[in-house]
Amino acid sequence: MKILREIMWPLIAVIAAFVVGGIIILLIGDDPIHAYGLLLSNSFGSAKDFGWTLFYATPLIFTGLAVAVAFRCGLLNIGAEGQLYVAAFATAWVGIKFGGTVVNVFGKDENWSWMNLPWYVLVPLCCLTAVVVGGIWGGIPGILKAKFGSHEVINTIMLNFIGIALVSYFTQYHYKIPGDPILETANIGKEAYVPQLNQFLPFIPHDVPLNIAFILAIVMCVLVYVFLWKTKWGYELRAVGENPSAAEYGGISPKRQIITAMTISGGLAGMVAIGEVLGNRHNYYDSFSDQWGYWGIAVALLGRNHPLGVFIAAIFFGVLMRGEIFVDAFTPKVSKDLGQVLQAIIILFVACLQVYALRRRQNSAI
Amino acid sequence: MIATLIFVLFATIRSATPLIFAGLGGLFSERSGVINIALEGLMLAGAFTAAVVTYQTGNPFVGLLAGTVAGGVLALVYAIACIYFQADQVVAGMAINFLMAGLPALLSGAIYDSSGSTPQIDKLDQLPNYFNNISFASILAFVLVPICWYVLYKTPFGLRLRATGENPGAADAAGVNVIRLRYVAVTISGILAAAGGAYLSIGQSSLFTRNMTAGRGYIALAALILAKWKPVPVLFACLFFGFTEALTIVLPNLIKLPSGDEVPIQFIQIIPYVLTIIVLAGFIGTSRAPKALGIPYSKEN
Repeated sequence: MKILREIMWPLIAVIAAFVVGGIIILLIGDDPIHAYGLLLSNSFGSAKDFGWTLFYATPLIFTGLAVAVAFRCGLLNIGAEGQLYVAAFATAWVGIKFGGTVVNVFGKDENWSWMNLPWYVLVPLCCLTAVVVGGIWGGIPGILKAKFGSHEVINTIMLNFIGIALVSYFTQYHYKIPGDPILETANIGKEAYVPQLNQFLPFIPHDVPLNIAFILAIVMCVLVYVFLWKTKWGYELRAVGENPSAAEYGGISPKRQIITAMTISGGLAGMVAIGEVLGNRHNYYDSFSDQWGYWGIAVALLGRNHPLGVFIAAIFFGVLMRGEIFVDAFTPKVSKDLGQVLQAIIILFVACLQVYALRRRQNSAI
Repeated sequence: MIATLIFVLFATIRSATPLIFAGLGGLFSERSGVINIALEGLMLAGAFTAAVVTYQTGNPFVGLLAGTVAGGVLALVYAIACIYFQADQVVAGMAINFLMAGLPALLSGAIYDSSGSTPQIDKLDQLPNYFNNISFASILAFVLVPICWYVLYKTPFGLRLRATGENPGAADAAGVNVIRLRYVAVTISGILAAAGGAYLSIGQSSLFTRNMTAGRGYIALAALILAKWKPVPVLFACLFFGFTEALTIVLPNLIKLPSGDEVPIQFIQIIPYVLTIIVLAGFIGTSRAPKALGIPYSKEN
C-alpha cells in the first residue's frame, strides 16, 4: 500500500504531462499516438535497444543523484550542467597530461603529455579529478550561500555560463589539435580508458557504448542511500533540509551542511565525466552534454529525491532520450524537442502535486 | 574617446532595455510575494511569439502585443501553479524556463521546418528606431519606470500589492483579496517580461533563436535584488548590468593582450555573469526582501 502511494503521484504527473504533450502534438498537426509509439517503443525490444537506454540513463543517474542530495539539504542545484562540463574538461586534461598523448600537428608528432602513468594509477587519478573538480564547482555556490546568503539558484546558473565558457576557452586555445574543425581536445591516453561493459557481458552488442560507468552509477545509488540514511553526516544534512533553525538549535551548523551538500552534489555531477570522457568519447568535446544537468532536476523530482527513485526515473528519461531520436526522424513535424517539453511539464506537475513535499526552508530572497 | 563613450552609452541603453522590462515585471510579482524566477521563460515566450507574429503579419506592434499576451498567459499558468497549487515557486519557475527552452523549438520546427529559430524578419518590419538607434522599446522601457513607480506608490492597487507582499494576513483582514491580487501581479510580470523578450527578437535582432535570452531573466532578478525591490533603483541596476553587457561589445576593440592578440571572446562573455555573482554576494545582505516572498498564502495560516 505504501509503495503504491509512493509511485502513484509521480505516475499521475507523468501521465498528465503526456496528455498535455499529446495536445501540443495535435495542435502542431501530427499524430500523438504515432509520436508516443516511437518515443516509447524503441527502448526495450532488443539487447541493443536496452543497452542504449541504459547508456542514456547513466549520466542522468549521476546528475539525478547530484540534484537529490542538494535537495535533501533544501538546496536546488541548477548547476549540475556547469559542474559536469568543468569536471569533464579537467578529466580529459589529466588523461592527456598523464596518459602519454602524442598528437599529430600538420604531419609532425608532438608530445603533449608530461608522464605515462599505467592504467591502475591513471584511471583512479582521472576519476578523482572528475569528482574533485565537479565538487569544487558545486562547492562555490555553497560557500556563497553560506557566507553571503546569495541564492544558489542564480549563482549556479551564472556558474554554468562561466564554467562552460572557461573550458571552451581552454579547449579552443590550448588543447585542441591545430587544424581540427571541431571544438574538442586531443584524445586522452589509452591507459585512461575505462572498460566497455560488453567486455564482461557479451550479450551487450559491441556498438553500444555502455561502459563501466553504469555499474559505478548503481554503486553510487547505494552509497548515497547509505550516506543519507545510515550515517550521522547524512542525518545532519537532511536535518538542515527539513528545518534549518531546528537543526541549528540541535547543534548542527546549517552553513557547513550547505557547503557539504553542494560539494557532494557537484562531485556526483562530475562523475558524468567518467562515463563520457573515459568511457565513451575519450576526449573533451564542446557541448558533449545533452542538457544532462538540467534533466537531473526532473530525474530527482520524479524520483522523490530517493536513490532508488532516481535510478528508476533516470531509466524512464533514458527511454525518452533514446525515443526522441526516432520521433525526430520518423514524424513529419515533431522534433527532438518533444522530450524537453515533456520533461518541463513533468517538473511542473510534480511541483503542483507536491509529489515530494517541497518544503524548502533554505530559501533566501531572490 | 568621446565617440567611444557615446557608443558605450547607447550600447548600455540597448542592453539594459530587456532587463528593465523583466526587472519591472519581477518587481510586481515579488512585491506581491511571489518569487519570479520564471522571468527567463516568460521573456522567451515573448521573444518567440513576437518573432512569429511579426513575421506573419509584417507589423512589429502587433508582434509586440502578441508577445506580451503570450507572456501574460504563460505567467497565468505559473501563477496557478504557485498560488492555487502552492507549488514550490523556484521549482515551478524553473519548469516554466525549461518549457520555454524546448517549446519554441518544437513549434518552429513544426511551422517553419527549422531547428529552433524563426525566419528572418524584414529590416523594415522590426520595431522602429529613433535618434541614434534608440529603439521604440527602449523608450517604452524608460517611460514605464515612472509609471510603475506611480502605480506601486500612489494608487490603491499599489498599496494593496505592497501590503500583500509584506503581510498577506493583515492585508486580507483589511479586505484585500490576496489571491486575486497575486494572480494579477504575476500576470503583469509576465506581460512586462515578455515585452523585454520581444525587444530581443524584433528590436535588437530580427529573428528568434533558441535560448536567445541567454540568462537575462536571471540577471534581471539579480538587478531586482540589487535595487532592493524598488522601481527607480531597478532602472539603475538594469543600466549597470546593461553596461556590463555593453563592455562585452566594446572591450575587444579597446583591450589587447600583451602579445597584441585579441582577448579571447570567452573571457569577455563571462563578465556580466561574474559581476552578477559578485553583486549578489556583496549586496544581498543589505537588501530586504518583501517579507512574505515565496510563502504561499492560505486563509488558515
